[in-house]
Amino acid sequence: MAWTWFHRLGSSPWVYRFSGTLLRFLLPLAIAMIVLGCIWGIAFTPPDFRQGNSYRIIYIHVPVSVVSLAGYYVMAVAGAVSLIWRLKVADMAMRVAAPIGAVLTFLALLTGAVWGKPTWGTFWVWDARITSMVVLLFLYLGVFALYEAFDNKTLASKACAILSLVGTVNIPIIYKSVDWWYSLHQPASIKFTGESTIDPSMLYPLLWMIVAVYLLYACLLLLGLRVTLLESEAKTAWARKVVMEVK
Amino acid sequence: MHPKRKKRLIVVLAVVVLSSAGVGLVSYGLRGNINLFYPPADVVAGKAPVGQSIRLGGMVVEGSIQRSDTSLDVRFEVTDYAGTVPVKYSGILPDLFDEGQGVVAAGQLDGEGVFLAHEVLAKHDENYMPPEVAEALEAAGKKQ
Repeated sequence: MAWTWFHRLGSSPWVYRFSGTLLRFLLPLAIAMIVLGCIWGIAFTPPDFRQGNSYRIIYIHVPVSVVSLAGYYVMAVAGAVSLIWRLKVADMAMRVAAPIGAVLTFLALLTGAVWGKPTWGTFWVWDARITSMVVLLFLYLGVFALYEAFDNKTLASKACAILSLVGTVNIPIIYKSVDWWYSLHQPASIKFTGESTIDPSMLYPLLWMIVAVYLLYACLLLLGLRVTLLESEAKTAWARKVVMEVK
Repeated sequence: MHPKRKKRLIVVLAVVVLSSAGVGLVSYGLRGNINLFYPPADVVAGKAPVGQSIRLGGMVVEGSIQRSDTSLDVRFEVTDYAGTVPVKYSGILPDLFDEGQGVVAAGQLDGEGVFLAHEVLAKHDENYMPPEVAEALEAAGKKQ
C-alpha cells in the first residue's frame, strides 16, 4: 500500500497527467506570490539604516541562493533514486534540475555582484562564499554538459548521478563558509536557532519570497519534466494522443 | 529491499561519505588559504607575512580616522579587540566605510607594522533594520 505511489512514478502517462493537475494550481500561485512579494519588498518595506534602498535586492538574492542550494539536493536525490531503483522519472528530474539550478546560481552571483558594488565597494572578491558558489555553478553546468557528452544515455545518466552525488559535499560548505572561514560575505541573517538579525518588517516579505521561489522552482521542474517525458516517449500512443489534443 | 538495490544504495552512500571526507580533509588542510583576510591579532603576533600582498580584516577603531585636508590620504586603525593595526590608504572609500564598522583592506605590511592598503572594502554585517529602529536602539543604548 505504502509503495503504490512509488510504483505510479514508473508510469509516464500517470506522471504527465498528475503533474499537469499540480501545475494548474502551482503555476498561478507561484507567479502571483512572486509579483506580490516583489511589490511588498520594493514598495512596502522600510529602507535599511545603513544601506538605504540598495538592500532590497535581498528579496531576489536570498531566495534564488537558497533554492539554488536546495535544488542541488533535488538533483542529487533524483540521481540517487535513478541509480538505485532505475526509475526513469527520477533520471529525467535530475537532468531537468541541472539547467534550472544553473540559472538560479547565476542569478544569485549576479545579484550579489550588483549589491556588492555599492555596499562593499567591489563587484567580486574570491572569498569562501563566492568561490564555493562558483563551484556550484560549474557543478550544475558539469552535470548538464556530461549528459550531452555521452552517446550512450544509460551510461550518461549514471555518470551524471555520480557527479551530482559527489557534488553534494559543496552544499554544506557553501552554507557554512561564512562561519568557518574569514570572508567578505556576511553571515546569515535568518537563523534557525536564536533570533534573526533582520527586522520582522523586512523578514516577512523575505520569507514570503523564499516560499514563492520554491514554488516557482517546483513549477519549472515539473514543466521541464513534462517536456522530457513527451520527448523520450514520442513514439508511444499516449504521448501522440497528448500532442494531438494540444494541436 | 532487493539485494541488488541494497548494494547500489550502499555504493551511493559510500560515494557521498567518502567524497565528503576527502574534500573535508583537503579544506581542513588548506584552511589558512581559504581565509580571505588576516585578523589584526594575527598581524600583531607576526603571523602575517611582511611585504607580501595580503588582506587585513576587522573593525575600524572609533575616533581613529584621520583624513588629509589636501589629498585623498586617510589613516585609520583596524581592530578585532585582540590586536590593533594602523592602516594607510589613498583613494576613495566605500559609502559604508565608517568608524565602528567592518572593513577588509588589501595591501602590504611594511616593516614597522603599518598596513599600506591599495584597496579598502566595507564588510557589511548581518544586521538589517529600518532607520527608526536603529535610532531607537541607539537612544536606548545611550541612556544606559
